[in-house]
Amino acid sequence: MRQQVPLLITFIVGSLLIVSVFIPPFGDLETTFNIWFDIIAVFAFFLGGGNLLRVHINKLRKRKRDWGFSIVTIVGFSVMLIAGLFKIGNPGDIASAVDAPGSLFYDIFNSVQYPLSATMYSLLAFFVASASYRAFRAKNREATLLLIAAFIILLGRTPFGMMLTSWVPDSTSLLQIPNLAQWIMNSPNLAGQRAIMIGIGLGVISMSLRLILGIERSYLGGDK
Amino acid sequence: MSNLGVIISLLVIFGGLTWLLFRSIKGREVDRRVIFVFIFLAVAAPILFPITFQEHASPVVKGLFDHIDNLPPGSRVLISFDYDPAMAPEVQPMANAISLHCLDRGHKVVFMSLWATGQTLLFNTLQDVIRPEFPDLIDGVDFVSTGYKAGNEGVLNVIVSDFKKMFPTDVNGVPLDSAVIFDEINSCADFDLIVALGGGRPGPKEWVLFVGDPADVPIGVGVAAVVAPQLYPYYPRQIIGMLGGVKGAAEYESELAHRHERFKDMAQPGLKMMGPQTLAHIVIMCFIVIGNVVFFRSRRREGR
Repeated sequence: MRQQVPLLITFIVGSLLIVSVFIPPFGDLETTFNIWFDIIAVFAFFLGGGNLLRVHINKLRKRKRDWGFSIVTIVGFSVMLIAGLFKIGNPGDIASAVDAPGSLFYDIFNSVQYPLSATMYSLLAFFVASASYRAFRAKNREATLLLIAAFIILLGRTPFGMMLTSWVPDSTSLLQIPNLAQWIMNSPNLAGQRAIMIGIGLGVISMSLRLILGIERSYLGGDK
Repeated sequence: MSNLGVIISLLVIFGGLTWLLFRSIKGREVDRRVIFVFIFLAVAAPILFPITFQEHASPVVKGLFDHIDNLPPGSRVLISFDYDPAMAPEVQPMANAISLHCLDRGHKVVFMSLWATGQTLLFNTLQDVIRPEFPDLIDGVDFVSTGYKAGNEGVLNVIVSDFKKMFPTDVNGVPLDSAVIFDEINSCADFDLIVALGGGRPGPKEWVLFVGDPADVPIGVGVAAVVAPQLYPYYPRQIIGMLGGVKGAAEYESELAHRHERFKDMAQPGLKMMGPQTLAHIVIMCFIVIGNVVFFRSRRREGR
């Protein structure tokens, strides 16, 4: 029973959504289902928040490894939650946006989350540089081709690319590095991306059918 | 002073890289901390001593710019802020430039977000860029922000046929029925252009799949550089133009300043960031060369 009910729900919802796409009178069903999904998504926020607190409070209680970071997580979560729920410092009324300019939520977001997130992402530059030195080597023909393409794209994304090849006549302008970079993006890259997308599309269709027909059951948990 | 700073920084960086090249020719590896120091210098130096370059819009950027420029005044444009602070340094300059461009051309702009973090970044654009530049524009008449809505592709699936079903009010709780801008907008099909900014999921790709194609609305996108290659299959038929990373933002800002007198002296964060990006790219290329020198030397030694 614990398996049959979710399988039945998946089958009915999946089939109805397919029907709603292909048979016009059922078109509104898709909108209705999407609104239901939107309502369920709101509950997912509660579940997510609750789960985050549960995991970190447990970690803190049992003094597990790196429990200090759990304090930061819980304090950060609570401060943002309180600032948002009670709209502290919010210049508007109760209906105004939770993050209206001037509110505590807005200020914390802009002075803490914004720089922290941007910094984390920026660290990529250091790792990319280190990886390019250690791993980007012309070991064989394919790696050499990739290396040359990367060089052209890197140069093409800077003004130096144009400066270096501005002498190339217009009749052979494809050989100018920015144009060459654009060609790589427009032709070999595009062909590869399309192949990947078609593959993913076929995979999604096949997996969806397996889910709807109850062949794929791993989402239910357990061994079967 | 600034020029002197630039020259000294370049001498330090490229002098150091030459020293590393000679070390590697002698067969010595470079410690990763040394690489980190060089990247730090390459990014920090152009920030402290700004280096600016001339940028020209590439066809892929021009596609979006020209489309916005050629739409008749009063056209309805939807701009979606689907990104977070991590992507903001790349995408926010695009968001600001495109928003200014649309409002300057007299288009009616609806702002929204599919990402919770996008709403605050949208407020930043409204507060720091649009309000000071266009103090006379009226909220609800010339532009409106509907804010964030949870539901990812589900939201798109609904607004493609009925916008107000998902967004009954604007971000301040004012009913959209009372907003003049929404008098002639019922669904996404009523927009003349949709600009999707972001790079994650949901993002520009979902806008193309769930709204652009079914409603037959032109889509323009602005994305983080790492995402741009994935969107080329949609250009130029499903995506009319694309801004990729800092370079895309810089090209758009440059085109805006070049073709619209009003924005000649505007802040150009994208163009400013091209200095650090250019130098960082060159340093990375130098490290690829040094890494390969070490590789070929060690292979030759092993061959012996």
